[in-house]
Amino acid sequence: MADFTPGNRPNALARAWDSDIAWSFRHSPLAVIAAFVSILIILAAVFAPWIAPHDPFNPASLDLMDGFTPPMEPNAFTGNVYWLGTDNQGRDVFSTILYGARISLFVGFMAVLFAMVLGITLGLIAGYRGGWLDSLLMRVADVQLTFPSILLALLIFGVARGFIPPAYREAMAIWVLIVAIGLSDWVQYARVVRGATMVEKNKEYVQAARVIGAHPAKILIRHILPNVMGPVLVIATIGLALAIIAEATLSFLGVGVPSTQPSLGTLIRIGQGFLFSGEWWILLFPSITLLALALSVNLLGDWLRDALNPRLR
Amino acid sequence: MSDVLLSVQGLTRRFDVSKPWLNRVIEREDRQYLTATADVSFDIRKGETFALVGESGSGKSTIAKMIVGLLEPSAGEIRFDGKVMDFASGAAMRALRRRFQMIFQDPFASLNPRWRVGDIIAEPIHTFGLLKGAEVTREVGRLLDLVGLSAADAEKFPHEFSGGQRQRIAIARALSSRPEFIVCDEPTSALDVSVQAQILNLMRDLQDEFGLTYLLISHDLSVVRHMSTRIGVLYLGRLVEISDAKRLFIDPQHPYTRLLLDAVPDLALSGRRRTPVTGEIPNPIAPPPGCAFHPRCPHVMDICRKQRPDAIPTASGQAACHLLTPEGQKPRETTA
Amino acid sequence: MAPLPNKPPLLSVRDLVVEFPTRRGTLRALDKVSFDISEGEVLGMVGESGAGKSLTGAAIIGLLEPPGRVASGEIWLRGERIDNLPREKMRRIRGRRIGMVFQDPLTSLNPLYTVAEQLIETIRTHMDVSEKEARARAVALLDRVGIPAAARRIDDYPHHFSGGMRQRVVIALALAAEPELVIADEPTTALDVSVQAQIIDVLKEICAERGASVMLITHDMGVIAETADRVAVLYAGRLAEIGPVRDVIQAAEHPYTVGLMGSIPTLTQTAERLTQIPGSMPRLNAIAQGCAFNPRCTHAFERCRAERPELIARGGDRQVACWLYDTEAQDV
Repeated sequence: MADFTPGNRPNALARAWDSDIAWSFRHSPLAVIAAFVSILIILAAVFAPWIAPHDPFNPASLDLMDGFTPPMEPNAFTGNVYWLGTDNQGRDVFSTILYGARISLFVGFMAVLFAMVLGITLGLIAGYRGGWLDSLLMRVADVQLTFPSILLALLIFGVARGFIPPAYREAMAIWVLIVAIGLSDWVQYARVVRGATMVEKNKEYVQAARVIGAHPAKILIRHILPNVMGPVLVIATIGLALAIIAEATLSFLGVGVPSTQPSLGTLIRIGQGFLFSGEWWILLFPSITLLALALSVNLLGDWLRDALNPRLR
Repeated sequence: MSDVLLSVQGLTRRFDVSKPWLNRVIEREDRQYLTATADVSFDIRKGETFALVGESGSGKSTIAKMIVGLLEPSAGEIRFDGKVMDFASGAAMRALRRRFQMIFQDPFASLNPRWRVGDIIAEPIHTFGLLKGAEVTREVGRLLDLVGLSAADAEKFPHEFSGGQRQRIAIARALSSRPEFIVCDEPTSALDVSVQAQILNLMRDLQDEFGLTYLLISHDLSVVRHMSTRIGVLYLGRLVEISDAKRLFIDPQHPYTRLLLDAVPDLALSGRRRTPVTGEIPNPIAPPPGCAFHPRCPHVMDICRKQRPDAIPTASGQAACHLLTPEGQKPRETTA
Repeated sequence: MAPLPNKPPLLSVRDLVVEFPTRRGTLRALDKVSFDISEGEVLGMVGESGAGKSLTGAAIIGLLEPPGRVASGEIWLRGERIDNLPREKMRRIRGRRIGMVFQDPLTSLNPLYTVAEQLIETIRTHMDVSEKEARARAVALLDRVGIPAAARRIDDYPHHFSGGMRQRVVIALALAAEPELVIADEPTTALDVSVQAQIIDVLKEICAERGASVMLITHDMGVIAETADRVAVLYAGRLAEIGPVRDVIQAAEHPYTVGLMGSIPTLTQTAERLTQIPGSMPRLNAIAQGCAFNPRCTHAFERCRAERPELIARGGDRQVACWLYDTEAQDV
């Protein structure tokens, strides 16, 4: 005799669960605004080659005479008008921001992906195996946490560059940066995943799989991984904001991406030099973009954390 | 009926409950062990329901976990259909593993919340490579039907079901590898009584239909009495009594069994005055010497404090109590 | 104990409705629940999970978890209405006039304070006694609930006590201010079988001694049978049946109670199969029209699907909410 549950249509509750998140989103104006800003910047960055009025990396399209044009004012020599003005080399600031955001976001996403894959893998293994392997990995994590991550990224960046032949340094710089930021950030993924894995592995559904002799790798990937992804997504979202800022910091310090491919951080470093000579727009607009991007992604992460936590609902 | 399907000999499990190494060194403490199961032996015959009852700390779940390979025994041997179970040998165990299954206590934790019901039930089929393709879907539908759900439920997720329905799904999963033996660890203790009745009835129907053998782990004597043919009573990791189910309730041999029976609330309102039960279960890290039950036993004698009683054959099984040995004399109880 | 006819009941709950507003509409977790508890009486409140038995207790002591709220109905304690009291006044009633025992003793005891500190504080908050006197009372109470060497153990912290002993301490705490009513919510569920009986005995004896009434909330019919004078059966937030415990257990009238009783395996029954009620209790958002039990009821007829039955007096202090017992319609 089947249990009687009136009104139980297929997937009715699955839909309800999905729409719980959707409902929480609709009722959080901050989350809606943050999502709008993030998506706007991400889309603008992705489609930069089609949106940007100029190609800032094509020397042929640059005119040094256009240099230092203030925003919304015609250039004294050429009469060209730029929304956000131009920099010292006559590059359109709006276009450089679009291209810069593209690089910042690429580095951010890739660094988060790298940290996530590394952290999840080590966290799953440490949490499931336990014992000396767990102790070893977590002590390494503890030691790493005692260093500020930006310092660590600087160190990794410096060491990695030492190993790369000078001819490839320029081309490899962005990947070195990604690895440096990712390596400095895997610990929090590993810790969260390890904790969640230790809880999940003792649940009866995992025991049921062990009783039939399922392979540990299969248990980890098919059973445990989907159940520990919730908190990982939250960290990844907030981590994206942090990675973008880390990249900007490194680029600002001059150890990040080469200035031929300026990211937002590079633009800020360049613009900083002109602040006191009166060309404020070269610094201000990239800074605002970076701030808006990091803040909105961070706010999204905060909202996601609350929405996924049933106790705060 | 008398063929032994599962035989357990001298099964022992110790857990290391020591503090971390550094703490031990600083506090000058030795390693500490908790003996969850000590020297437990019993046989389960084909087609019967053997129940293990006991309170918390009795080691009943530890025994269940060792039998299905979730825990490694510290000592002792488990034989399934005459073959020694060696969980370390993957290939040899594969064929054996298909023949036993387990039903868990908490139907809210025993089904992976991210999997569809159909995939959950089909997991043993895939793991043992029993069927392929459309046959799997058909088999899952048949199993769902068998446990009182419908084939269409395969598409749903566990959270769409009530506790009782989830336990049905767990039973369908256990049946999907066509096992002969199922370990049921407190299968109804997380369920409401009216749902418990449904699940117990279903388990009996399936036993009749497929000739299943059950090991039932429970703390509920009423459930055990209803379901089992033979019963083993555990106290602090040791078997104090094994008996035919009917005899156990009429004529318990061990004082602890009697205490357990007395503690069951009297729903019949017979006005039976219960013997007041005293004391609580001691810390299993440092169990009392001699007979572990002696501090709570109303018939305690000198020998009980010094010497652990061995199992002695009784009319319907065995019991480990000095009262049954020539040294002790069994007092005649007048109250039932 | 039969209710005393001349006195007003100690606790009177009238048409209590508890609602949980959700974004998909308001859920009714308790729907017009009415019952009385007389002086010195033990009322058992049984039901399966989700029936609303714990909510009833929480509503009475004013500790409903938000967003749950009492939507309508009245709760009277010895002639005084308590469901609309300001928070501060309600807090004084809790502990002083209504004591509480919860399922998990660890949630009722503060792990950072000794048992003595907690008992003495409770006693002195509600009674005008000196520190020394309060301590003497506390020791006497612990001794009474069966804690060996109470005078010494009173200075221990809660984690020094075993589960059963801890629940004894909680009972002592609940009775420290000599309340008129004790609400015990699943007081034995977390304990071992052999300890359960001891705790129930202590609770029952000490309340009888002090003349406190008890509202015993549990899913365990056995505990009710041994402890309660009367029993109220809840189903889907509504009272199905209420009456003297012997009547309800031995000759249940509501089809749900009949099914519930039949589904409990006992040490004396001989049936091969247990009686089972088909299906399970509905979720709060899917309670059937008319009688909430009608989709699972084997006796359901037209009226059950259309109209909700109110409690019908059956004589001998029994009430049943079932159309089968409606005397005006004997055509069943």
